[in-house]
Amino acid sequence: MEFGLSEQQTALQDNVNRFLQEKAPLERVRRYSEEQQERADDIWDGLVELGLPALLIPERHGGIELGALDAAAVCECLGRHVTPSPFLSTAVLAPTAILLAGSEEQQNQYLPEIAAGNTTFGAALSEATGARRDAGVVATNSKLNGKALFVIDIYSDNYLVADTNNRLYVIPSDAHGLTINTLPQIDRTRPIGEIIFNNTPADALVADDQGSALRSVIDIGRIMIAADTLGASQEMLDQSVQYAMERRQFNRVIASFQAVKHMCAEMAAEIEPSRALLWYAAHTIDEDSKESHLNACHAKAHLSEVGSFVGKTATIVHGGMGFTDLLGLHYWFKRIGYNRQILGGPESVREEAARAQGLC
Amino acid sequence: MDLSFGPEYEAFRQDVRKFIETNRESAPRGEAMKSDRVRSWQKLLIEKGYTARTIPQEYGGHGGEPDIIKARIIGEEFARSQTPGGLGGQGISMLVPTLLELGTEEQKKRFIPPTLAGEMIWCQGYSEPNAGSDLASLTTSAILDGDEWVVNGSKIWTSTAHLADWIFCLVRTDPEAPKHQGISFLLFQMDTPGIEIRPLVDMTMARNFNEVFFSDVRVPKDQIVGKRGEGWFVANAILGHERDSLGDPNTTLTRLNRLIELARQETMDGQRLIDNPVFRDRMMKIQARVMSLRFNDQRVLSSRINNTDSRLARMISKLQGTELRHDLEGLAIDIMGEIGLMYGRSDYLTDNGSWQQQYMYFLGLIIGGGTSQIQKNIISERGLGMPKEPKFEQKAEA
Repeated sequence: MEFGLSEQQTALQDNVNRFLQEKAPLERVRRYSEEQQERADDIWDGLVELGLPALLIPERHGGIELGALDAAAVCECLGRHVTPSPFLSTAVLAPTAILLAGSEEQQNQYLPEIAAGNTTFGAALSEATGARRDAGVVATNSKLNGKALFVIDIYSDNYLVADTNNRLYVIPSDAHGLTINTLPQIDRTRPIGEIIFNNTPADALVADDQGSALRSVIDIGRIMIAADTLGASQEMLDQSVQYAMERRQFNRVIASFQAVKHMCAEMAAEIEPSRALLWYAAHTIDEDSKESHLNACHAKAHLSEVGSFVGKTATIVHGGMGFTDLLGLHYWFKRIGYNRQILGGPESVREEAARAQGLC
Repeated sequence: MDLSFGPEYEAFRQDVRKFIETNRESAPRGEAMKSDRVRSWQKLLIEKGYTARTIPQEYGGHGGEPDIIKARIIGEEFARSQTPGGLGGQGISMLVPTLLELGTEEQKKRFIPPTLAGEMIWCQGYSEPNAGSDLASLTTSAILDGDEWVVNGSKIWTSTAHLADWIFCLVRTDPEAPKHQGISFLLFQMDTPGIEIRPLVDMTMARNFNEVFFSDVRVPKDQIVGKRGEGWFVANAILGHERDSLGDPNTTLTRLNRLIELARQETMDGQRLIDNPVFRDRMMKIQARVMSLRFNDQRVLSSRINNTDSRLARMISKLQGTELRHDLEGLAIDIMGEIGLMYGRSDYLTDNGSWQQQYMYFLGLIIGGGTSQIQKNIISERGLGMPKEPKFEQKAEA
């Protein structure tokens, strides 16, 4: 029995963390955010060199054929370092969709290119988890019309798109009739945008049961987002403890006050069990288990709550400094805030969890 | 991730299941302590190695090799089939492990076999009216007079004192020493002259707790575990055992499933509560917490098997397990609304009032066995490496 990350998975995390620590520290992330750079190509190139886009892709398509738990382990690192990168859409959402719903030909067309790091993907899936305002993409004869809001990883070479009938499409970003607008948002490490389609030709993924493929894509995406929150939360706790050990008031380090210690203990007490929930949820995806949908919902919703609690508490432990841009703690706070809303907020995801058990 | 225990253990699981199916007719059904049925069931379980598994045969145990997975499987199977497992209680769960570690050969031979057999019932004399979370400030004194300790003082929260034959008791034997070093660990009989027991009714209206008063209670000199002044360290070995056993995630899962049933049954204005999205949302929140703690528990088990570190995951389980149960039981009361106020004999009482009882009982467990605040001190100090509060040293009052 082994409940947890394997030695290989821990080694994978060590590699990713080491690279991000050296090449993508907070100063690099800051520059990306403040200069509103479209992509952080230096960071993405490094992640490609580590083989990350190939993670979920089968060997026959040039990938390394690992699983959801491996990808979640990577996302935890990305959250810990508030890394700007199109990993979620390129390495997880698009390959999962193309594998589940694409023809052999489509798989041959896209997957080796993704695995080699030659192309990136964004994902227009928000409407499938709850359409806002007038958003919605309608397909007629493989031409797309309408609007997709809150497209993840908007600065990408291609997009994975879901229409209002839960069918999936791939389109290149230079396709005819596309208007792409970025949407300024609170988490500046993750560029999102809107895409307006005007008779845009799209490559429809062909599988019959696309509703189930779309659901699987959303499930694995939710687990990745939850893992990102886990990494960001752990980092916020670590920084809180470190700050409290250095900051002195009343002739003592504030880490010696129970009021501060208990806030840190409460963060740890929330984070630790959610780590086990996340691992298990990712594992059930890899096992193709019946409970994977329920577990993905719970991992997403629960880590959203844990993340909000940690984001607030850690900021308060830092006192006035936590509120400043100087320290940069807000990058993690905002990262967690983004993760909470994207691909379904906790209330609607919990409702899905209830539905998955036949409770409504 | 590998969640299976392997074929050898699955075969063991089948053995346990078969045993339960064949023998459950002779399991106790709420009989009193020390009844024939209770003792013969305990004897059978020890023979099979389903309780007292790793305790040497010479002390009345089964004498098996330690095996965390087998122990887990036994626990799971008895719980699943709702069959009473081996006897628990403070003697078996706390004193026996301590004696095995720190007792003399004579003490082990004298106390462990009858305790395991269910013939010697123990209570624990630790907390005092003025020594709760700050247990080491306890003042019950024991003064050596010839070959006997003379004990004076009082204990509180003493579960089952009214049923116990013996007490394991922390007493101050050296009032001049620093407070952690002046304590000793004594064993004595509850029918010794000078002991008075008064029941302490708790908020569930049960009489499980007691106050125990000692006036010149004379205890033979050799009924001490460890050396004089080592009592604090002896006791701490046991406290670890207690913390591990509270807020069991599998029982919590059983309660959650029952809670969902309850929400299907109870109605308000003719609408089932499960069809009320506010209540459904609260249930789903609780369900995620139950799952988290269950998997956390599996992670801890796995790290014990594979000898990896999961200190923090272990440290949070008492805090989170008890808080979760209290919240879960409270949600059931909210689902029932005014029906959740029923207590005692009423036609409207649901599930024998267990929700109301457990809601309050778990408030007790949040406090007992190291309060949530003490747990947070432990997590922050031992888990996160934060410093202790500066101490204002005071000598314990004699």
